[in-house]
Amino acid sequence: MSDNFVEVQGLRKFFNVGNNRILKAVNDISFSIKQGETLGLVGESGCGKSTAGRTIIRLYEPTAGSVTVDGVEVTKLSKSKMKAQRRNMQMIFQDPFASLNPRMTILDIIGEALDIHGLAGSRAERKRRVEELLELVGLNAEHASRFPHEFSGGQRQRIGITRALAVEPKFIICDEPISALDVSIQAQVINLLMDLQKKMDLTYLFVAHDLSMVKYMSDRVAVMYLGKIVEIAKSEDLYANPQHPYTTALLSAIPVPDIEDEGRKERIVLQGDLPSPINPPSGCPFRTRCPAATERCAQEAPELRETRPGHLAACHYA
Amino acid sequence: MSQEMNVNVTPGAGSNPFEKIGRDQNGGERIVRKSLTAWQNIRRNLYENKLSMVGLYFIIAIALMAIFAPWVTGLITGYNYFANELANANQPPSWAHWFGTDDLGRDMWVRTWKGAQISLFVGIAAALIDLVIGIVYGGIMGYFGGKVDETMNRIAEILYAIPYLLVVILLMVVMPQSLTTIIVAMSITGWINMAWIVRGEIMRLKNQEYALASKALGAGSMRIIFRHLIPNAMGPILVTLTLTIPGAMFTEAFLSFLGMGVKSPVASWGTMIDNGRQAMTTYPWRIMFPALFLAVSMFALNVFGDGLRDAFDPKMKK
Ligand SMILES: Nc1ncnc2c1ncn2[C@@H]1O[C@H](COP(=O)(O)OP(=O)(O)OP(=O)(O)O)[C@@H](O)[C@H]1O
Ligand SMILES: [Mg+2]
Repeated sequence: MSDNFVEVQGLRKFFNVGNNRILKAVNDISFSIKQGETLGLVGESGCGKSTAGRTIIRLYEPTAGSVTVDGVEVTKLSKSKMKAQRRNMQMIFQDPFASLNPRMTILDIIGEALDIHGLAGSRAERKRRVEELLELVGLNAEHASRFPHEFSGGQRQRIGITRALAVEPKFIICDEPISALDVSIQAQVINLLMDLQKKMDLTYLFVAHDLSMVKYMSDRVAVMYLGKIVEIAKSEDLYANPQHPYTTALLSAIPVPDIEDEGRKERIVLQGDLPSPINPPSGCPFRTRCPAATERCAQEAPELRETRPGHLAACHYA
Repeated sequence: MSQEMNVNVTPGAGSNPFEKIGRDQNGGERIVRKSLTAWQNIRRNLYENKLSMVGLYFIIAIALMAIFAPWVTGLITGYNYFANELANANQPPSWAHWFGTDDLGRDMWVRTWKGAQISLFVGIAAALIDLVIGIVYGGIMGYFGGKVDETMNRIAEILYAIPYLLVVILLMVVMPQSLTTIIVAMSITGWINMAWIVRGEIMRLKNQEYALASKALGAGSMRIIFRHLIPNAMGPILVTLTLTIPGAMFTEAFLSFLGMGVKSPVASWGTMIDNGRQAMTTYPWRIMFPALFLAVSMFALNVFGDGLRDAFDPKMKK
């Protein structure tokens, strides 16, 4: 057995979008995360990050592939075993305004986690536990009786975090937890997540659509394009030596603070739009927008291979 | 993510680029503004709609009269809805008989309110049966989708296509002529409309992140449907419910008019209208009062239902 806490193998999620058309939202991705580690998952909007996250914790049934969390193969679990396994893995959602039921109080939203798994013996204990959790994420215990609409985006996101923590999970998928928040609030939430990680030895899959925040959070980063992982490496290594042209383009989009550096680095603007995941290009999925694409890229799909020690990229020319 | 944020991130910075913000500085986490809950908002919208409030008052008044008038009148005058008093037949409205008397000398005032009892009861009972069946059937159709939805929807469509009167007449053959039969007959096809409304709402809501979050916590389908989705679909459900009542009241009157209604001496507005029609020109009060109250209550319920719909419609919010 490896010491990987999370192991994703050949995961696919296809949606049937009618008229016999198949949308390959997640198309054969594999990666692993060690205990206590954060893996960043980046890619532009629509590349399948949320679908990947939702399939990993089995909110969607995978089309193919396997997911192992804490030594348990999740994709094959029966209903009752899956319910128990859900205590191990949780998700924090992208939209803090849609992720809390507007008809329920905070007490009930968080309390539901306790109810489902029978974690609170009495109503008083339930309330006490919820208040404890609220304080843990920096909210007031008295907030428990309020409804979601009374909170700001940042506060709501903290409530979402509290709900996930209520079942004491070891693995949390953070699906762009800050992209809907004000810039001034983003750092608070990030710091909270990192604090909690240290305190509770959490393992994160941290999804984002640009590289700057991911870099700050993650030990390793996977770059996703059109349902596939095109590069995966240690954070510093990925930033210092991007191997895939798509990663290079994403990195060039991060503004650099000092002026000298700015001059050195030229911004690569990608041509065209993300191709449709219903009709992906032949060969390399990125070739239609790649500045270095050749004949070979159209013929042959590049495999994810080690181009530097511990650094995988899916490009013929990496 | 915005640009300002990115600027803060120094590549390879060892120091923490984010200032950590602690909890509740200067009471910043406290919620000052007491904002309105969704229901308070709806109530306010409703209050502002004068016509619909008038409708509501009418309904309440008629319901109160239906409950108390026959009983109180009986206490004071000794009139009841069933005892014949042929010597007193076909009296026009007077101080003794406010609404006159019918062909058997029964007090029309008492009979009108007795009729209101039956008519309202039929309307409300039919609407509630529609509500229960519609919510369960529509909730399951909408949530599970796919083959389940297709099959259940086909069944509903077939039922819906059967001419309604045919169902009633066939049912009258096998069941005794009674209130129960009328209500059952109405419910056989009546719930379908509600089921479709619920189905649409559930389909719209089921991929909301709060429903996914609940699933991620381990909640079963029934919990998600009935705790999370249905409460959030309550607006359209209530509106449909309100608008079902006048429809059912009219159907009952219509069936009574065709001679399939409740048996004498029990009165409903429908049977009273049917009875009064035979002497419409000579003793107009016998048809006038039940017809007037049937029309007024249907109008009031429709106006109130429309107002409710507007109150729930977010586009109407100021
Ligand atoms: N339930 C679904 N049915 C059909 N197609 C879907 C479904 N969910 C997602 N998709 C499609 O799958 C693709 C990937 O979507 P996904 O939400 O995973 O992207 P994302 O990377 O999370 O984007 P974003 O940054 O906007 O959140 C998109 O083309 C989307 O339209
Ligand atoms: Mg997403």
